[in-house]
Amino acid sequence: MSALLEVRNVSKRYGGVVANSKVSLTVREGQIVGLIGPNGSGKTTLFNSIVGTHPIDGGSIRFDGREISRLRVADIARLGLIRTFQQTRIFRQMSCLENMLVSVPQGDASLRAMIARPASDDRAHALELLAFVGLSSKRDLAAGSLSFGQQKLLEFAMALMNEPRLLLLDEPTAGINPTLINGLVDRLKRARDQLGITLFVIEHNMRVVMNLAEHIYCLAHGELLADGRPEDVQNDPRVVAAYLGAH
Amino acid sequence: MMPAWAKRWRLRALETVARCVPFALLVLRIILRWLPPALLALGIAAPFLLPSFQVQLTFLWIMIVFALCWDILGGQMGYNSFGNIAFFGIGVYTATIVQIGLFQDVAAYTAAAGMQTISLTPDQYFEGLFIGLAAAPVLAVIVAVVLGLALLDLRGHYFAIATLGLGIAAGELAAAWTFVGGSSGVQVPVYPGSLQSGRLLFYFLSAALCITTFITLRWLYTTRFGLAINAIRDDEDKAEALGLHTTRYKIIAWCIGAVFLGLAGGLVGHIIGFIDPREVAFAGASFGVWMILMAILGGKGTLWGPVIGAVIFHVMRELFWTYLFGWQNVAMGVLIVVVVVFFPFGILGWLRRRYPQLFVRDAAQPGAAE
Repeated sequence: MSALLEVRNVSKRYGGVVANSKVSLTVREGQIVGLIGPNGSGKTTLFNSIVGTHPIDGGSIRFDGREISRLRVADIARLGLIRTFQQTRIFRQMSCLENMLVSVPQGDASLRAMIARPASDDRAHALELLAFVGLSSKRDLAAGSLSFGQQKLLEFAMALMNEPRLLLLDEPTAGINPTLINGLVDRLKRARDQLGITLFVIEHNMRVVMNLAEHIYCLAHGELLADGRPEDVQNDPRVVAAYLGAH
Repeated sequence: MMPAWAKRWRLRALETVARCVPFALLVLRIILRWLPPALLALGIAAPFLLPSFQVQLTFLWIMIVFALCWDILGGQMGYNSFGNIAFFGIGVYTATIVQIGLFQDVAAYTAAAGMQTISLTPDQYFEGLFIGLAAAPVLAVIVAVVLGLALLDLRGHYFAIATLGLGIAAGELAAAWTFVGGSSGVQVPVYPGSLQSGRLLFYFLSAALCITTFITLRWLYTTRFGLAINAIRDDEDKAEALGLHTTRYKIIAWCIGAVFLGLAGGLVGHIIGFIDPREVAFAGASFGVWMILMAILGGKGTLWGPVIGAVIFHVMRELFWTYLFGWQNVAMGVLIVVVVVFFPFGILGWLRRRYPQLFVRDAAQPGAAE
């Protein structure tokens, strides 16, 4: 398996606060990789650096062998690197189906493509994916009227609609009803197995991330603390100490 | 405490009303279905039925174009622009200056400040009118692209404030530019026929422009463009994170508004017959503000909202002007306050909230809409 995402010595400071300091990690094609760490350890900052929300202060980020640390958000997204947001962001006044239709891959930027009607293939695919996340019956409702958990599922379906190669998920199970979490974990795995999408997941729910990920990176105070197989990381005394606040 | 018989009657009355609701909705649907052709027939007959209101009726079509064009950005895309009047003003000047310039020295004509009359033969007039009306939207779009690249990176209030300066600056620039007559303006070439036929010509040109604008926008809002500008309105960062070419969509949206506003300007110059830089061409305080009020009154972000808003606003304004002269601005102010307090989402926005089943959108049904 080749490295799809390579982060090398990435640093990011906000004024005097060091959010990320020389972080290096690798996500291989077809993997599900977890990113854990206590609150404020720089996980979301790292995601924002990868997708180009802000410029990084040092280091390099390569996606599929190509340096992307100087590209803009939309350009990176069009390469097939899509992220979801921790706060969940959907288009509130648009219906669920419209949310899906606007999320199609944006490779073709010609005027002709921009003023085309949504293709019937896209519509069928959108309905399929809405069914996949269990939102078929909500397709004509305004997305803003869905519950928080349903909005998270919609955002996940929108990301799949974009046919990314790598999907960065920022706390996909936060705020979701515990009984639905197992279903979501199952869907994340199916996205990888059936659609071939590589996943890189920030997750606070240890049970979920241990069950889901094949490889885990742990951040603390902006630095990479540990990485390895889930059971190794879980038992690493430094990780336990970081979470219990002894660091 | 309500007596038993009163309760019974109240219940019965409510039941009757409830039974009528589906029927009422059906009637409403039929009315909505036949409204466009009925309006079209009315539009064609109106200048003959009400010959003394021809100019007001012509302006009614123009007002609808104003509201529709403002709503592309303000309603559908969530970018509140106060500067759209600039494209209108560019259209006003371009159409007339081109028409004059084809047959005469513009600088000499404007320097005479109305003392020198221009008489074009009918052939010259119509040739100039046609070329002028073709040039107006072209120039408006060129300016829209340049301004769009500079301004459309701003968001929210910053964009609104930046555009506020636009209309005012354009008016001052035109007033200082002697080639186009400076602050004394330009006398528009006189129509080479009877007053009546000229009025009818510009009435039907305005109606055609308005209908073209409406049909174009109705189609555009069902395309990926329509979905994309709605997405930009709801969450621009998310749209970018999904890879949408947001800047390109925003500039196209502005250019579409500029095309129709430029054409409207070209017509209005001829309808009024005289171009004043601040009162006609770059009339930010009247046309510029009205286009926003009309869209909000009818319901911004909807297709029919700006149309309904423009009709009600224009009729009310004419009525206030006729029957409440001296107090017309006060009455207008009261109307605006009533709208903002009781219909903050506009008339259609209010209806949509009450009866969402009437507003199933076409965009999600490709092919099914036509």
